[in-house]
Amino acid sequence: MIKLLDVTKVYPRTGAALEGVNLHVPKGEFLFLTGHSGSGKSTTLRLIHMAEQPTSGEVRVSGFSSLRTSRREVWKVRRRVGFVFQDFRLLPGRDAMGNVAFALEVTGTPKKEIRPRAQRLLSQVGLSVKGRSQAHELSGGEQQRVAIARALASEPLVLLADEPTGNLDDRATRGILDLVWELNALGMAVVMATHDLELVRSYPSARVIELDQGRLVYDSSQAEGKE
Amino acid sequence: MANAIREAASAFKRSPLLMGLSTLMVGLALFVMGLFSLATHNLRLALATIEERVEVVAYLREDTRQVDLDAAIETLQTLPGVEEVRYFSKAEALERAIRDLPEIAEVSTDLEVNPFPASLEVSFLPEGRTAEAVEAVAAIAEGFPVVEDVRYGREWVERLFFLRRIGGFTALILGGAFATVATLIIATAIRIAVFARREEIFVMRLVGARDSLIWRPFLLEGAATGLLGGALAILLTWLTYQAVFHFLFALDWIPMSWAWGGVGIGILFGVLASNLAVRRYLKEV
Ligand SMILES: Nc1ncnc2c1ncn2[C@@H]1O[C@H](COP(=O)(O)OP(=O)(O)O)[C@@H](O)[C@H]1O
Ligand SMILES: [Mg+2]
Repeated sequence: MIKLLDVTKVYPRTGAALEGVNLHVPKGEFLFLTGHSGSGKSTTLRLIHMAEQPTSGEVRVSGFSSLRTSRREVWKVRRRVGFVFQDFRLLPGRDAMGNVAFALEVTGTPKKEIRPRAQRLLSQVGLSVKGRSQAHELSGGEQQRVAIARALASEPLVLLADEPTGNLDDRATRGILDLVWELNALGMAVVMATHDLELVRSYPSARVIELDQGRLVYDSSQAEGKE
Repeated sequence: MANAIREAASAFKRSPLLMGLSTLMVGLALFVMGLFSLATHNLRLALATIEERVEVVAYLREDTRQVDLDAAIETLQTLPGVEEVRYFSKAEALERAIRDLPEIAEVSTDLEVNPFPASLEVSFLPEGRTAEAVEAVAAIAEGFPVVEDVRYGREWVERLFFLRRIGGFTALILGGAFATVATLIIATAIRIAVFARREEIFVMRLVGARDSLIWRPFLLEGAATGLLGGALAILLTWLTYQAVFHFLFALDWIPMSWAWGGVGIGILFGVLASNLAVRRYLKEV
């Protein structure tokens, strides 16, 4: 469903962030993207989200190719690909419900359906009673749950998560991972960038790949038993 | 439509000074156009009346012989476009002058001789009132030995046309200057608006909102600026019209279709200016 074909990304000043990366993420997979800081994890996620174009090579997401998808059409890709960040990126001045409703509204949900669907999404992430809380009144873990609910608004095929637990304590981290694991069990693929190897080890059935200086140096699906 | 009004209102709330300024500048640009329209419209009406009076006047020498005069009249009458050739004697000329300017009566009684020359007045058929026909008649009249001097109304008509062109040119320069300033201010206002909403824009792109949904509010903001500017221009033009009407001279109000056209231009301009700005500044957030 997601394919990176010999993808290289070069930034003008900092040089190659990714070099010759090949990767296939099938439907429904849970994938940890690991590597040191600066190894290219975020760049990989941004390329899949088509926020950027590869310098060479091709990114394919659910039938869309980076070579043929114009800026005008990127929104179609975005609706199939949810995205959450380390710093949540919730809109201040809106409550939890408002943040989820905003995503539904701008992706063309009929007005009457917005509130009930936002309510359903909030309960899906375990926040049914916190709908009226402003972002700053929520804990980090709760904010990330709102962000996940927002990412689910367009019923994506895959959730991209860039260090989603980077700002969270152990308990909240567990909570988020359990939630994402549950969503994955319902059929949604997950690609989670993290440098927390302990966290990765506690989900041994997930696929793990490692980037090092922009190169894919390890893939658990191709190196069974080796670590 | 309700959405558009809501967007515009929130834009004004966000940066009232800039929105006010851009509205004012659009208004001034259109006001210059409004003044020009007012002048053009009234000039056109005036020209229509003057054109009815287009005629060639040939002033005659003192020592004109009747035969020469008859020959001249006969020739002029056969020229294309000519409706009628009338002879005014010196006495009639004086009479007419006194009618127009009664003071002359007092002076003229003291005068030994009547200073007004006799003349031939050539009037034209409606379809004959072209610059070429009038000039041709004037040129031929000038050639008669009995004729001292030739005057014709076309000169005035052309002078008025010239004035109108100068007016149009001035309006273009002034209007263009205001429009440029308006564009710059609108662009600044849009930039601030885009910046103020950068987080919303980020989330909209993140979750897959269509581009048009992202920039529509800014175009609406531009359209609202144009609409208000147009309304302001109509108001200013109307106030000027009232002032001139009451304190200077009577004139006609411009046709309402011109006024609506001006508002349309304002809206179009607002949308174009904000479109330019949006294209540019949405890339920055
Ligand atoms: N927008 C950018 N402009 C220039 N260089 C960038 C940009 N984003 C990332 N980089 C560079 O690309 C490399 C990989 O960065 P990133 O993908 O953020 O790594 P990670 O997420 O694994 O920490 C780094 O060297 C970083 O400096
Ligand atoms: Mg990163």
